[in-house]
Amino acid sequence: MTPHLPALQVIVPMLCAPLIVLLKPRGLAWAGASAAALLSFAIALNMALAIAGGGTFGYDMGGWAAPYGIELWVGPFSALVLLIVTGAGAAAMLAGRASVDRQIDVERQPLFYSAWLLALAGLAGIAVSADAFNIFVFMEISSLASYVLIAGGPDRRALPAVFKYLIMGTIGATFYLIGIGLVYMMTGTLNLADMETRIGNVVDINPILVAAGFITIGLALKAAVFPLHVWLPNAYTQAPHMVTVFLAACATKVAIYVLIRFDFFVFQANFENHQLQFSLFLMPLALAGILVASAVAMFEGHIKRLLAMSSVAQIGYIMLGASFVSQSGLTASAVHLFNHALAKGGLFLAIAGLACHYRDLRLDQLAGAARSMPLTSAAIVICGFSLVGIPGTAGFISKWLLIDAAMDQGRFAWLLVAIILISSLMALAYVWRIIETLYLKPAVAALAPREAPWPLLAVTWLVALANIGFGLFPQFPLALSEAAAKLLLMHTL
Amino acid sequence: MNLLELLGYFNYWVFAIVLTVGLYTVIAKVNLVKKLIGLSIFQSAVFLMYITMDKVEGGTAPIIQKGVENQVFSNPLPQVLILTAIVVGVSTLALGLAIVVRIFEAYGTIEEDEILDAD
Repeated sequence: MTPHLPALQVIVPMLCAPLIVLLKPRGLAWAGASAAALLSFAIALNMALAIAGGGTFGYDMGGWAAPYGIELWVGPFSALVLLIVTGAGAAAMLAGRASVDRQIDVERQPLFYSAWLLALAGLAGIAVSADAFNIFVFMEISSLASYVLIAGGPDRRALPAVFKYLIMGTIGATFYLIGIGLVYMMTGTLNLADMETRIGNVVDINPILVAAGFITIGLALKAAVFPLHVWLPNAYTQAPHMVTVFLAACATKVAIYVLIRFDFFVFQANFENHQLQFSLFLMPLALAGILVASAVAMFEGHIKRLLAMSSVAQIGYIMLGASFVSQSGLTASAVHLFNHALAKGGLFLAIAGLACHYRDLRLDQLAGAARSMPLTSAAIVICGFSLVGIPGTAGFISKWLLIDAAMDQGRFAWLLVAIILISSLMALAYVWRIIETLYLKPAVAALAPREAPWPLLAVTWLVALANIGFGLFPQFPLALSEAAAKLLLMHTL
Repeated sequence: MNLLELLGYFNYWVFAIVLTVGLYTVIAKVNLVKKLIGLSIFQSAVFLMYITMDKVEGGTAPIIQKGVENQVFSNPLPQVLILTAIVVGVSTLALGLAIVVRIFEAYGTIEEDEILDAD
């Protein structure tokens, strides 16, 4: 079985998706989908453990060897992304039955779970593909499924939000399609590894430069890199709570992964000064994103919107690490990818718990919630601290690595470090606003009669404890990230 | 670059113009259905680019026939790729229209500014 794991990673959720639709009793649909999601998580974990011990997974679809056949390839970076995708998909599915029951009509639930598995299959497919066009197809599968998931939100405002996401997502994907078309025109290949070697022989490099522009912008749109993030806050706010957990933890991360992989594997070795251009393009965007999005989050009144803006800032941190083009910078990026998924996933899970009793999620309505829901609120505190980067939590590890990497950036190192520290203070400010509301303010709405449903609470605490666990013992994600950074940098000039 | 060379890139000029027309429509129109029409035009431009690049002068469909040798074939791969992309485009359009229908049911309008005012 082991050599087939990269293919099974996609096939299991994709084959289960249409079967789930046939399961009419809603409990059965949920159980089937959960089993499929857990199985994909087990596959991802299995591969990640094997890769952490050194080695990678390669797979030729249908036995046709690359570059003619479609190749799947899982290295340390993709293993990390797969862990996030399948972990978030499975955790939110297991935890969320009570929350989904409240938000989605009973007869639509099998379809909802089916779309969930398709999104999971698409996102996992992006991470395992080593073929540019395959990545496009999986990107569209995951996007179309996530539009459906977000549109399931009970509030009518979910619909304009998802329409905006659809328009911008499609423009992003089409830009990416133009980019790979131009590269194919000049090189005659779609396999990423083959592309890298063949671009070296291309006489007229201009079309490839145009392609690099299209691909970078298209993927930046999908990844919600500032200022292309405008679709994100509304989509995350209006989506059903469980969908927010799933997508906030991994949807943009996968696009970041493709962006970094394309730039480092395919373009870095072939363009003169590409390293400098890459840095000069991404670093200002990352810094502006960190500062602006953190500032907006400080004054945001709706708790889901606040955390969505914070996600834009965190994407800035990940891009900042990548824009250093150094071993320490890329390691920090990859670790932050993982840690932010833990922190934000945990926060949105806890908020789904709050939402079981509080229909209105504006901060002033949530005042005093900690008195009736102490466990959920404590989980919010732990994950919030991880988001800020308090020592002892996972967030601290990646902030520390990022500052460490910024120190090596020559003359402007102090400025970068200052911006990271200021934005961390801003994060503390908005996380404190949540904590203050939950613990210190007198209650406005009627107090919740009891805690969140126990499966939701159990998974929330599991993620919260993982935030502490990976803060104290970060070896596993760190080992994968270091290997990933090393592999990415092997291709630079 | 002289005039003939410019004309030689005719298909690519059309690609660029259609692409821009589509993108402009998506950005400038407030009617959601018109936005989707723009999106379709935008995607069609890319189809044209892929179809153009696989054309080999004098080439035919890549079918091997008995007794015919030294035949020049057009590259079939971009056509296959773009067939997939067309399917993706159609499903995106269908989903987009379905969302517009639901927006109309919920808001009673499909003009973006009126929807923004309604909330």
